Amino acid sequence: MGMTVAEKILARASGLPSVKAGDVVEPRVDLAMSHENAALVINQFFEVYQGTNLQPRIWNPLKVSVIFDHRVPAESPKTASNQKKVREFVAAQGVGKFHDIRGDVGGICHQILPENGYVRPGFVVVGTDSHTTSHGALGAFAFGIGATEMASVWALGTVLNVEVPATIKVNVKGKFKKFVGPKDLILHLIGRLTAQGANFKVIEFHGPTIRLMSTSGRLVICNMSVEAGATAGIVPADKETARYLRKEAGVKGAIAPVAPDKDAVYERIIQIDVSNLEPQVACPHTVDNVKSVASVKGTKVHQIVIGSCTNGRLDDLAIAAGILKGRKISQETRMLVFPASGRIYAQALAKGYIGTFMKAGAVVMNPGCGPCLGIHEGALGDGETALSTTNRNFKGRMGNPNSQVFLCSPAVAAASAVKGVITNPRKGAK
Amino acid sequence: MATVALKLGDDISTDVIYPGRYMATVLPAETPQYAFADMTDFNSKLTSKQIPPGSVILGGQNFGCGSSREQAVSTLKGHELVIAAKGFARIFLQNGINLGLRTVVCPTIDASEGDDLEFNEEEVVNKTTGKRFVVEPLPKARQAIIDAGGLIAYTRKLIVAKST
Repeated sequence: MGMTVAEKILARASGLPSVKAGDVVEPRVDLAMSHENAALVINQFFEVYQGTNLQPRIWNPLKVSVIFDHRVPAESPKTASNQKKVREFVAAQGVGKFHDIRGDVGGICHQILPENGYVRPGFVVVGTDSHTTSHGALGAFAFGIGATEMASVWALGTVLNVEVPATIKVNVKGKFKKFVGPKDLILHLIGRLTAQGANFKVIEFHGPTIRLMSTSGRLVICNMSVEAGATAGIVPADKETARYLRKEAGVKGAIAPVAPDKDAVYERIIQIDVSNLEPQVACPHTVDNVKSVASVKGTKVHQIVIGSCTNGRLDDLAIAAGILKGRKISQETRMLVFPASGRIYAQALAKGYIGTFMKAGAVVMNPGCGPCLGIHEGALGDGETALSTTNRNFKGRMGNPNSQVFLCSPAVAAASAVKGVITNPRKGAK
Repeated sequence: MATVALKLGDDISTDVIYPGRYMATVLPAETPQYAFADMTDFNSKLTSKQIPPGSVILGGQNFGCGSSREQAVSTLKGHELVIAAKGFARIFLQNGINLGLRTVVCPTIDASEGDDLEFNEEEVVNKTTGKRFVVEPLPKARQAIIDAGGLIAYTRKLIVAKST
């Protein structure tokens, strides 16, 4: 019986000739990532060794990555102290892929891992962050876990008792219309699947539209696969994956793509034609409450946010800057931009995008998770509405339960910033 | 007696259970104060100990969706709550099993706040209405972790075995 990409990766990582959905395996981990919540992982890691006479040592510190992004620079003494504790641990254990708060090599974990070539096709990647699904964009099996599970991984180098998930195959064809792209595709799919439609399952993306999509776009669709509940989203690696890894991530060694077998067994196959897809918006307070932009246009927005692990990459900023060039953001709203990494920030600066945003009246912030999860900047006032290129709009997400968040693409966000109300960027576009 | 202390709908996210702005608080001993922090009435009932240990939170589909933050589990575990839901999001359920939070998957469960529930291995009995509901077993892959009393104890056993 043929295997899906997830099954092939899990079989190899578990030392088995084959596995199928429902099997229980113990895959070895190729990359284990944490952000500030490493502070909790460390606590749990030492707990594991409590009462034993063993020294707490990470199984392979070169396969561990720690990236500060959720609260950078620290918003409170508590966070700063946690970051200090993590920094000391990382140095003591010799953690190999540590990214501190820096303007050059810092940024959001889900951009730092790909842009440094830390993720390769066929890898098993775990991260103490639900959006770890992002890394399926490079043909890896990447999934989010809790801090205690990570402590166990640090001790053993494997993930215990993993049930091989069934896979949903999504075939995408058609050419996107202008100002429509990967974000609209994934919002549309989440709307169709619902927020739990892929719970405990993998989404494997195929079809000509995906083959032509850049790695940046693939990161968007895999990133948000978790919003349909998926354990992982995967785009099987191809020429584009190799191009990205060689040209953009500087990878030198072998790249071994994993393709599904022709007779792989899928739980379900979904066909999508994007030819007529319009810009999509996820309305409050669930990500699967997806509507076409036309049905919510005119909604007043008090804050526009462009950035995050979902849409803070160079092509996202290029689209937004293209719309905002020579224009001003409405006096009725405010706009925050936060690039996904220091590298992207520098590239956007060189291309003139940062200048465009500033001239238009946007506030450009440092790379990090920023306002997305309502921790330390860009909070909303009571009764206010945000329109954001981030990935979640749950009640209270941006720090205030008495506010609401709409999710959209960079094109919708930029066009709406000019008007101060939700606007279809395609109006007037060819 | 296990009384339903709070009934919630579908898709209750970890942002509702443990808002992101408290994520700098990580230690399990310190997280219980922020359980359902934005539902101020319920939070104050919890923190003033008006809700006895063993009380039930009733969820709909996809309970605990969103972030992988483990605080969303430790905050509930700290109050010794039982979470009975029609379904759970994957990471929340795994974190629950890892930390020993009592989670009950019961796809057809029907109860109101104030109802008394009895939990058996195969069913939940609503003692107030007399109705019975079938319990779905937790993922079989995780049974060994449950049996060991959580993932820390389970992993400890494995590293000790490995070293000898």
